[in-house]
Amino acid sequence: MAQIFHPSTNTISRVTIFGGLILLIAVVTGLATINESPYITEVGVARTQPVPFSHKHHVGDDGIDCRYCHTSVEESSFAGIPPTKTCMNCHTQIWPDSPILEPVRESFRTGKSIQWTRVHNLPGFVYFNHSIHVHKGIGCVTCHGRVDRMPLMWRENTLYMDWCLECHRAPERFVRPREDVFSMEYQAPADQLALGQKLVKEYRIQKLTSCSTCHR
Amino acid sequence: MSNGTESASLPEAAQSTAGGREYWRSLEEFAGTETFKELMDNHLPRHAAAWTSAMDRRDFLKLMGASLALAGVSGCLSPAPAPPDEKIVPYVNQPEEIVPGKPLYFATAIPSEGYGRGVLVESHMGRPTKVEGNPQHPASLGATDAITQASVLGLYDPDRSRVISNAGRVATWDAFFSALNAELESQRVSQGAGLRILTETVTSPTLAAQLQEILRIFPKAKWHQFDGVGGDYVHQGARMAFGQPLETVYRLEEADVIISLDADFLLRSPASLRYAREFINRRRVPGTSSEANRLYMIESTFSLTGSNADHRLAVSPSAIPQLAKTLAARLGVPISAEQPTISPANEKWLGALVKDLQAHRGRSAIIPGEYQPAIVHALAHAMNDALGNIGKTVFYTDPVAVNATNHAESLRELVRDLEENAAQVLIMLGGNPAYTAPADIDFAGHLVTSNFNVHLSLYEDETSALCHWHIPQAHYLESWSDVRAYDGTVTIMQPLIAPLYGGRTAHEILAAVAGQAERSSYEIVRNYWRGQSQAKNFDAAWRTALHDGFIAGTAFSSRNVKPKPASGFDASEPERANSAAAVKAQNQPLLEVIYRPDPAILDGRFANNGWLQELPKPLTKLTWDNAVLMSPATAAKLGLTYQVGGTGGEHGTIYADVVELEYDGRRTRGPGWIVPGHADDCVTIHLGYGRRRAGRVGTNLGFNANALRTLDTLWHGTAIAIRKTGAQYALACTQFHHLMEGRDLVRAGTIDEYHKNPKFLMERKSEKEAPATLYPGYKYDGYAWGMSIDVNACIGCNACVAACHAENNGPVVGKKEVLRGREMHWIRVDRYHRGEPSNPETYYQPVPCMQCENAPCELVCPVGATTHSQDGLNDMVYNRCVGTRYCSNNCPYKVRRFNFFLYSDFKTESLKPLRNPDVTVRSRGVMEKCTYCVQRINQAKIAAEKDDRAVHDGEIETACQQACPTRAIIFGDINDPQSRVSQVKAQPLSYGLLTELNTRPRTTYQAKLRNPNPEIENG
Repeated sequence: MAQIFHPSTNTISRVTIFGGLILLIAVVTGLATINESPYITEVGVARTQPVPFSHKHHVGDDGIDCRYCHTSVEESSFAGIPPTKTCMNCHTQIWPDSPILEPVRESFRTGKSIQWTRVHNLPGFVYFNHSIHVHKGIGCVTCHGRVDRMPLMWRENTLYMDWCLECHRAPERFVRPREDVFSMEYQAPADQLALGQKLVKEYRIQKLTSCSTCHR
Repeated sequence: MSNGTESASLPEAAQSTAGGREYWRSLEEFAGTETFKELMDNHLPRHAAAWTSAMDRRDFLKLMGASLALAGVSGCLSPAPAPPDEKIVPYVNQPEEIVPGKPLYFATAIPSEGYGRGVLVESHMGRPTKVEGNPQHPASLGATDAITQASVLGLYDPDRSRVISNAGRVATWDAFFSALNAELESQRVSQGAGLRILTETVTSPTLAAQLQEILRIFPKAKWHQFDGVGGDYVHQGARMAFGQPLETVYRLEEADVIISLDADFLLRSPASLRYAREFINRRRVPGTSSEANRLYMIESTFSLTGSNADHRLAVSPSAIPQLAKTLAARLGVPISAEQPTISPANEKWLGALVKDLQAHRGRSAIIPGEYQPAIVHALAHAMNDALGNIGKTVFYTDPVAVNATNHAESLRELVRDLEENAAQVLIMLGGNPAYTAPADIDFAGHLVTSNFNVHLSLYEDETSALCHWHIPQAHYLESWSDVRAYDGTVTIMQPLIAPLYGGRTAHEILAAVAGQAERSSYEIVRNYWRGQSQAKNFDAAWRTALHDGFIAGTAFSSRNVKPKPASGFDASEPERANSAAAVKAQNQPLLEVIYRPDPAILDGRFANNGWLQELPKPLTKLTWDNAVLMSPATAAKLGLTYQVGGTGGEHGTIYADVVELEYDGRRTRGPGWIVPGHADDCVTIHLGYGRRRAGRVGTNLGFNANALRTLDTLWHGTAIAIRKTGAQYALACTQFHHLMEGRDLVRAGTIDEYHKNPKFLMERKSEKEAPATLYPGYKYDGYAWGMSIDVNACIGCNACVAACHAENNGPVVGKKEVLRGREMHWIRVDRYHRGEPSNPETYYQPVPCMQCENAPCELVCPVGATTHSQDGLNDMVYNRCVGTRYCSNNCPYKVRRFNFFLYSDFKTESLKPLRNPDVTVRSRGVMEKCTYCVQRINQAKIAAEKDDRAVHDGEIETACQQACPTRAIIFGDINDPQSRVSQVKAQPLSYGLLTELNTRPRTTYQAKLRNPNPEIENG
């Protein structure tokens, strides 16, 4: 009986089987990579704003404390975006005629708010509270990165749930002394775990991983 | 209709058989019929039956397949990886007190049928989202009713009127004021002889002063009052007994025996929240040493108060004045009228009652119903005097309503003036008389003939449509005003938000009439009180009043009065016009008819409020409709029955026989509904339905009872003809939803039994030990949240249901969906009866999620969307839920609710600010349920953690708990043995539902204890 299949069929079948597998793996890895990439997560993507406000200048160069503008970070879920008045406290004196600041002056003149583009945006079903994290010794930098080095604001972290859980499962890895929460330069000590465990006890930090901690 | 299960001649079956359960929800359950068994077997709302499209299933799947494939393609082509940028819009100048993310609370009052109830309103960045009671206000004591809870929805109602309209055309305020001024100029010449002002009940001191000012400027003008829910018999009765209108205030905490002559004081009284608290405080048996009170009810329709009575006598409405006379005579009140004969059964009842009253002289109270004729009120005053109750449990004050008049007479006079063209300029402040006025005077017909009329109202309603001018009214949450509570306490009402649609208050309109068009209601109210104030520092006093929510010391002091001798009463009160002659006798039974405001939407003023429409009415459990309510025996006599649409799990549909009602030559049709416990040979019809211009929600629901009413028979008619038409009408009733079958859910006994053996209820039931297990139990280290619901204290008012809906962004599903058993209330109030359907006992049981420790729902979720929290909460994660509904199938308590469609309104702009920002708005295909208000728990925990302390007991109040007038719900940490909830759960009356399933529910119940009179009970 003559051969039904040509010998090349062997190669073709091997290529399709292994190639298919490789393709599948490539697609899955590719999708996963895209999902983790700035294309989706917006990590490291500087966002344009109506006024090119520079945290690098205000925090890094001028040394203004976070809480000067984000006033409610210690008392509310929302850290607060400063009203135009806060900008004008200084900018009636400093750079009062700068063309870059015209939208700020216009807002103050007309009473119409500046519309900032939101950088750290959580989905609607996630309820995050700034005040409790600050109180429990989570530094601003831990989530927001070195804003004193960001000319325009970007997202430093993915804000994915597994990223949240990294800390919620093991807070001792990230916690810092309360007095350093607003510090930009604070460096975690070499024995972070020892310090972390001490602070977890001292600050009564719980490992909250129940769904309703954030979702309700 | 074809899938309806036959249950013909049910009323008779129910009367003859007592083969069902001890505690029953429906007559089917009582009789144990086949229908009921099928309902039990098919107990879940099913999806398939909802398929109504003409397309068949195969085509549908083809299309779905194609669209799925195309959806994949479009997904690849989508240019935007992330959702569009969200904007953050900060203030330009941030107000000092606003902290973004934290709500503020402001004190004001809701004018509930004219009388104030103090409230605290939660405001998120300037938008009111939730109303709570003001604990310091005498009429609230921290509680609210369902209507108050739903009032925020009324504020954001997209159908509220947004424009001034003149004969159907959009106009401006300036145009209105110049037109008004022109009319007033011509009236000035005649001293206002043609000027008429029509209001509802007025208790506002400022408004009263303004009206007086207008009557001074226009001495011949007239002020009329007509309130769609007010009877004003209270003041007429006081006039009869005391010669002057007086307000009666009861101190129920002091009363051991309470007799209600058709008074629904637990639900329908300006002081109902307070009375409910005082009434129940005397019935919380464990822990109190004082004697429990006893409530006797004499009524016709089955009211909420009647359902909470220890003894209830159901008699026809015309018999109530007779019974009152008899009772008065037995109590030693001298009356001349001859004594009617009383049936032996009633005789015994009345005898025991009189004995009980005589034994509690000075510690009893007789409360006449607000819709009872003046003579009943006068007799009640005389009886309270004879029993020495005045000054102990019953107090009299000056009338709270300003210029208390007989509303029916007032309206009659106005219509006469309209008829004679004597009323040329008519200004209507609120109300909807074209709809609420009885048919016989044809108010609407006369309205259109007047020269110039103005209607100030929240909606462009039936009356607005007939007026030359309709002007939008500001909602109470948008208004500066003032209002008096039942005891005279004044609250300065402050706005929570600027008028959304440019509405104005009655104050501003009256100021314009008085020639001061430019004054704002803030100035008007403040100036009035500046004139009244004796405080040295008025600004400080004003701020204190606004902050506290009432002006201290404004309650009326009680008057030392004594009723005239009863023989002086005009007992020959004109019999209500007996229109029997008008009905052409056609061998039809003539019945008596009772008209009552609907428990939820009253006289139709809240008809467009979806939350209230969807609240199951306390006793009938009907939603979205009214019906002709009657007793089982009367229904049998008329040959009425109903069928339950029981296949496909569509338990909501009840096909009721439609009857035609004829009264005084006018006819209307409505579905008949059997209410166990209703008096025989009379029917009750609730007002507020059959609206033609209510809005998208309330238009064309139910039937209009006003079409039958006459001005003489506003609340009781004597001869109504009822015919069965043969047609059927689908009613949405939640009676058969979420059935748990008679599994020992309600436990009840008497107080005497309890005193003999506090554990009597538990011993009677076979409590099973939890089955042995090899697994160690989960240890809750921190908090362990739990709840206890006191069935003994629950009066069934539905405030918790409405509060839960408001707090947790509950959607309105509409009548069609309720027909399929898909209402979305996270807490429901199950109503059970016990005993014969002719006059059963009633038990209410609120059922939220039990937060089982061994939760059956969690085991079956394939995606982990419902899990257990560290505090023992049964968490529901909406973003994980894929909608398998396995959890709901596995829930023995039937407390899970599924979004079959996109029930939440994501589109209507005006509803967006209404939502509680702390709770997710659920989308289609997602399961949801009670969370114990986890947002409140988290907020309290965070607040406590920031202060480095534990959450105090009582710091967290769930929405249902906070609203409850009787404090029936207690929530707290069961790990703390000192917490109130732990202590209550340790009491012998505490029990769990279906604990034999080893679900270990965190929500438990306190059994109900009745306090019957042994003489009646054992006879």
